[in-house]
Amino acid sequence: MSERFESVDTVRNGLRGASYLADESIAGVVFLADRLEKPVLVEGPAGTGKTQLAKSVAEMLGARLIRLQCYEGLDESKALYEWNYKKQLLRIQSEDEGSTWDDVQTDIFSDEFLLTRPLLEAIRADDPVVLLIDEVDRVEVETEALLLELLSDYQVSIPELGTMSAKQIPLVFLTSNNTRELSEALKRRCLFLHLDYPTLEREKEIVLTKVPDINERLAEQVARIVRSIRTMELKKHPSVSETLDWARTLVLLGRESISEEDARQTVNILLKYQSDIDKATKDFSTNSAAHFASAPT
Amino acid sequence: MSDTGALASTNLPLFELIEGFVSELRTAGLPVSLVENIDAVEAVREIPLGDRDAFKYALAATLVKNQSHWKTFETLFEVYFSIRGAEYLLDPEAESPFGDLDLDELDFAGEQPPGQGGQGAGSITPEEMAELLFQAMLNSDQTLMKAIAKQAVKRFAGMEPGRPVGGTYYLYRTLRNLDLDGLMERLMDQARNSKPDHQLSPLEERLERDEFDARVEALKKEIEAEIRRRLVADRGAEAMAKTLRKPLPEDVDFMHASREEMVKIRHAIYPLTRKLAVRLARKRRHNRKGPLDFRSTVRHSLSYGGVPAEPKFRHKHPSKPEIMVIADISGSVAAFARFTLHLVYAISNQFSKVRSFVFIDGLDEVTDFFDKTDDINDAVHRVNTEADVVWVDGHSDYGHAFEVFWENHGQEITAKTTILILGDARNNYHASQSWIVKEMEKKARKVFWLNPEPKAYWNTGDSIVGEYGAYTNGLFEVRTLRHLEKFVDNLA
Repeated sequence: MSERFESVDTVRNGLRGASYLADESIAGVVFLADRLEKPVLVEGPAGTGKTQLAKSVAEMLGARLIRLQCYEGLDESKALYEWNYKKQLLRIQSEDEGSTWDDVQTDIFSDEFLLTRPLLEAIRADDPVVLLIDEVDRVEVETEALLLELLSDYQVSIPELGTMSAKQIPLVFLTSNNTRELSEALKRRCLFLHLDYPTLEREKEIVLTKVPDINERLAEQVARIVRSIRTMELKKHPSVSETLDWARTLVLLGRESISEEDARQTVNILLKYQSDIDKATKDFSTNSAAHFASAPT
Repeated sequence: MSDTGALASTNLPLFELIEGFVSELRTAGLPVSLVENIDAVEAVREIPLGDRDAFKYALAATLVKNQSHWKTFETLFEVYFSIRGAEYLLDPEAESPFGDLDLDELDFAGEQPPGQGGQGAGSITPEEMAELLFQAMLNSDQTLMKAIAKQAVKRFAGMEPGRPVGGTYYLYRTLRNLDLDGLMERLMDQARNSKPDHQLSPLEERLERDEFDARVEALKKEIEAEIRRRLVADRGAEAMAKTLRKPLPEDVDFMHASREEMVKIRHAIYPLTRKLAVRLARKRRHNRKGPLDFRSTVRHSLSYGGVPAEPKFRHKHPSKPEIMVIADISGSVAAFARFTLHLVYAISNQFSKVRSFVFIDGLDEVTDFFDKTDDINDAVHRVNTEADVVWVDGHSDYGHAFEVFWENHGQEITAKTTILILGDARNNYHASQSWIVKEMEKKARKVFWLNPEPKAYWNTGDSIVGEYGAYTNGLFEVRTLRHLEKFVDNLA
């Protein structure tokens, strides 16, 4: 059993050191992933720090991050391994008459001609690594099967070479934006972590950590406004990274607090659709006017 | 050490406890495999047992692999692993042995303004309680809030031992007595008055309101939890779990969905239509290989010494899918129609070329209603008031609606068009005109029919869905999100 972390708090403090503010459940699941030697499937809306989590864990452990970006049409030769055909051809061409086919075959299907792709690389690494399989929901269901052997047994079978087992069990993170339901087989092998938008307090803390010159009051206001915007029905809700961009902009503009005018002028940093911007602007000015009218004076 | 109560208060070994919990999850419809069950036990061994939160996320990470099941999990978790002490017993005869050590109430009494009696919480008047609640909300005082929630349930809920209810009634009674609307106004007034000119700008007003809303919401949650704890103490976890059993969001029937469930369904539709969009786009790209690209093959053969070892193919030019949605919005499918319109709206947000039509016995195009607005309620309102869908009597007439469609829009169907027809095909014994569906199927890429009725009712009475269905590329029963998901999956 590998034991990279002593306790949940070690994970949390470590992540904080890598300037990632983890809540109890994030730190807990990372801790369990290490203890149970299981991959973590991280799911949630875009921009909640799913990929960042893997990066920060790698940073905390001082491990190398190996990243496999998934896309439609990803196959074995790009995810696992490929034979270096060109080199093999050259090898065959440079062959002298004497040698038999058996010699050549054992020769060209050896380590020297193997091109490792991210998954195999993670298995064969001698140094500590963190494997990130990003946006796993983008590959077809059939391609998911490629991952299963690796995820459950930490090994890769190559017909010509046999089975390669991991030299050390890497921490594995899979991220998904939930554009499709992942297969049961995949989910069964993973621990599940849902990353939602942070709570008001956590978002404020994130802003304070990531935006150096911001004052507490402004951070609080930013977090509050973002929370209010997220309650609206929009095409796309502001992500944490957009919150940070906005906070940085406000700091650059030298604002100590946000006036309505500031909010209106800079809301395009938070929201990316014109219709969303219109809606938010309208909502913030008219909706409360209606409350105003009904409020007893 | 109330935290350890979760586990320490039961004598069952851990494994059996989790076993029982898992079987309850399964009964509620969550797919928990044996492997996951074992994982859960392993995970729990790794965490400190006294930590209830840790216990919760360890179980969640191993057992719940779908976010929409979270709510079900959480409710069951609270029921199964709630803190069970004698203090929660409803039966007044059973004297609580911990009565003197009720920390919450001691705190509570301590918070009282001095000089007002303060001989325990029981003696304060409703006015004092309201004032304390106001203070708790204003200062976001968690301890005080929890104490008040506890007290409020004791005082207002009027819980009776042994009554087999789920708790909604008790919640309602408690909340009614707390007058949260009035509280909200007081809080807002306070916020306004704290400003020098007794005015909040609209933005501030909105932010303050959202903040207080969140605090009041937390109070409601606490009250709900308190009621649940008492109910569990009274009737036991198994009985409570049974009372609280509800269908998972994906199994809720559109036709009988409550308002709250409808909101959930609506939120779940968006990922589904995105999925649908991805499916259709993938379908387009799946046959990736076009004809041989001679130039590229020769170019790549250079690296193999002139051997064309790797043939290259041209990419097919992807065409954008065009979708036509034809939806029945008559009374017989009224509840479904509401969902239909939401679906249409969600679809039209995903695809660039969507044309939508609604009908009862006449048919009207409503594409613009959905395009020009970002507010679904606006669009639905316009469809219901402005669309010209009644021809004679306002009873469904699929035959006539199809005739109108074919006459006005038939020539616009191309080989790229996918047509979705939504309705129960209850035609009130009018002429079916099913030849039109047949013709549509010939011209269009695909025609699908989604029927909101249970399969058992198909082709009974005036339903002629079978007659239409024969000419489509697929006829699907779509009553729940699960059905809709199956339909989307079948497209691939």
